[in-house]
Amino acid sequence: MTDLRTAARDDPRERVAGSSPAARSATTTEAPPGAFAVATDGLTKRFRSGQVAVDHVDLAVPRGAVYGFLGPNGSGKTTTIRMLLGLVRPTSGQAWVLGHPVPQAAGRVLPHVGALVEGPGFQPYLSGRANLARVDAADATTDPRTLARRTDEALERVGLAAAADKRFRQYSLGMKQRLGLAAALLRPRALLVLDEPTNGLDPQGTREVRHLVRELAADGTTVLVSSHLLTEIEQVCSHIGIMSGGRLVRQGRRTDIADPAQARVEVDTVPAHVVRAAEVLAALGLPEVRVAGDRVGAALGATDPARVTAALVGAGVDVAALAVRRPTLEQVFVELTGEGFDVAR
Amino acid sequence: MSRADAPGALLEPGTGYGDLPPAPALRGSLARLLVAELRLVLGRRRNQALLGGLALVPLVLGLVVRLTQDSALRDQGPGFIGEVTGNGLFLVVASVFVCLPFLLPLCIGIASGDAIAGEAATGTLRYLLVVPVGRSRLLLVKAVGALVFAATAVAGIAAVALVTGAAFFGVAPLTLLSGDVVPVGDGLLRVLGVVLYVGLSFIGLVAVGLFFSTLTEVPVGAMAATVVVPVVSTVLDSLPQLSAIHPVLLTHHWFDFAEFLRIEIGWDVLASGLGLQAAWALVFGALAWSRFTTADVTS
Repeated sequence: MTDLRTAARDDPRERVAGSSPAARSATTTEAPPGAFAVATDGLTKRFRSGQVAVDHVDLAVPRGAVYGFLGPNGSGKTTTIRMLLGLVRPTSGQAWVLGHPVPQAAGRVLPHVGALVEGPGFQPYLSGRANLARVDAADATTDPRTLARRTDEALERVGLAAAADKRFRQYSLGMKQRLGLAAALLRPRALLVLDEPTNGLDPQGTREVRHLVRELAADGTTVLVSSHLLTEIEQVCSHIGIMSGGRLVRQGRRTDIADPAQARVEVDTVPAHVVRAAEVLAALGLPEVRVAGDRVGAALGATDPARVTAALVGAGVDVAALAVRRPTLEQVFVELTGEGFDVAR
Repeated sequence: MSRADAPGALLEPGTGYGDLPPAPALRGSLARLLVAELRLVLGRRRNQALLGGLALVPLVLGLVVRLTQDSALRDQGPGFIGEVTGNGLFLVVASVFVCLPFLLPLCIGIASGDAIAGEAATGTLRYLLVVPVGRSRLLLVKAVGALVFAATAVAGIAAVALVTGAAFFGVAPLTLLSGDVVPVGDGLLRVLGVVLYVGLSFIGLVAVGLFFSTLTEVPVGAMAATVVVPVVSTVLDSLPQLSAIHPVLLTHHWFDFAEFLRIEIGWDVLASGLGLQAAWALVFGALAWSRFTTADVTS
C-alpha cells in the first residue's frame, strides 16, 4: 500500500493500461487481488450543467479498512459516494464495490452495503420504528419475521431506543442522524458507506459515532466515512483519501499520508558551532539548509536521521538536540485543500 | 484502459469478495413492499383528508337535494340531479358527475404527482434505491399505489352516495335516459358500471402524474402539472376547430359513462374510451419508466 499516492496527476490521458493505482497496488503489495472493498478506475462525473464534480478518481479502499474520505464541501465526495451506490451514473470510468462492478451489479452488492448519504431521509409523519420497518419492507432479502429483533438491536446500537416511537418530524438533528445510522445497521453489512455521519451531532454524539465505527471495524466491516472536518474522523481511520476540486489528491495509510519526503531535521547547537553544523548538513547532500539562531535545519528527504547525528558528532559539533519534524495530517490537509470558509467552488 | 486490467476483473470466483454471500430475494417480497406502500399512501393524513373530502360530496349533494326538493329551487341544476329525488340510485351517478370534471382529477393528480417526487423531496428515494429496490420495481409499486388511491377515491364517493341516496330517497327501478325503466337489480348493475368506467378513466391521468413525478424533486410542481393536463384537455375538447385531435384527448371519453344509462349500452363507445386510457397509460408509463430507470438521483 505504499504506492497509493495519486497526487498531482497532470493529464489523465497519459495513463496507460494497467496503470491505475488500484491495479498497481494490487500487484505490488501484500494485499491479494480483490482485497478492495471499494475500487474505482478513472471515475468521472460531468453533470449536464457542464460541471465536473468528480474528475478521474481512483479510489482504493482495502478490505477491513476504515477509510476517511476527506475534503472541503463541494469537493466531490458525495457525488463519488452516489456513484458507488448506483444512484448516479458515471460519465466515464468504472467503480467496483465488494469486488463487483457497479452500477451493473448493484442489485447483487447493495444488500451487503449499509449507507448514509447526504443526511438521513425518512417520512416525517412516521415514527422512527415505522420508518425502519418501511425501509426493511423494501429489502427483498430480509425476513420480516426477524424485523422486530433487528430493529430493536439497531436502535439500541445508535442509542435511539427511547425515542423509537416518536414521529421523525419531532426528532432533533442528532436523532435523525442516528436513525439514519440505525437504518444502515438493520442487517449485517460487509461495507458501510457513511457520508458525513457526524453532521448535526454534538461532541458527545460525535464521539459515539467514532466509537461505533471502531466497533464495526473490529467486527471486520469495512467503513468508508466521509467528512469535511478532518479532526472528527482522523483518529478512527486506518486509511485516508483527500478530495479537492473533484480530484483525489492524496490517498494511503493514515501513517503514510503525511509526505515523508517533506520531513525536516532540526539541530540545536551552540552559537560557535552553527556554521559548522550547516556545512555538515550541506555535505550530506541535504537541501534547504537554513539557520535560525542556534538552530540549523534542512530537508531530510530519504536520509536516515542516524547518519545525520553520526556526521554531526563526527565533525565535533555539540548537539544539544536533534529533531525530525514531519508535517501533521492537518498540515497536509490544509496544504492540499486550502484553508478558510470558502467552499471549493 | 481495458477491462481486463481493472481491479474488479482480477477477481476470480471464490476469492476475495467473489464469495460475497448471495442474498436471494425472498418469496413474497414484492407483496411486502406493496403492502408497505399502500399503508403509506392510505395511512397518510393528507390523502385521508382528500378521500374524506370527496366522500363528503354525495353527502352534501344528497342533503341539498333533500332540503330543496319541495321548494322552488328543485328544478335547477343539471338533469341528473333532478332525478335524484325519485331514486337514490341516481345520487351515485350525480355525485360522480359532479366530481368528475375537477375534484377527482385534482385529488388523483395530487396523489400520483407525489409518488416519486414526494420521496425525492423527503430524501427517502435515495435510501429506497440503495436498499436496494430495483427502479422498475419501485415505479411499479408506486403506480399501483396511485391507482389504488384513485380507485379508493371513486369507490368511496360511490359507496357514500349509495348509502346516502338510499337513506334519503329510497331505491327504485331506474329510469334510463330514454325514459324506459329497468328493474332495481339491473339498475344497480348499470350504476356499478358507471362507477367502474369512471374509475378506469383515471388510469391515463395516473400515468401522466407518475411521469411528471419522475421529472422533479418538487412534488407540488408535479401535482400542478398533472392537474393541468385534464383541464387543458377539456378546454381543447370544447373547441370545434380542433375536432381532429379530440379523439386522442385524455378527457374526451370521460363522460361516456352515460352509455350505461341507455337501453342499448354502446359497448364500442366504452371500449374506445378504455382503449384511449390504455394508450395514455402505455405512452406515459413508458416515458416514466425510461426517465426513472436512467435518471441520476441527486435528491
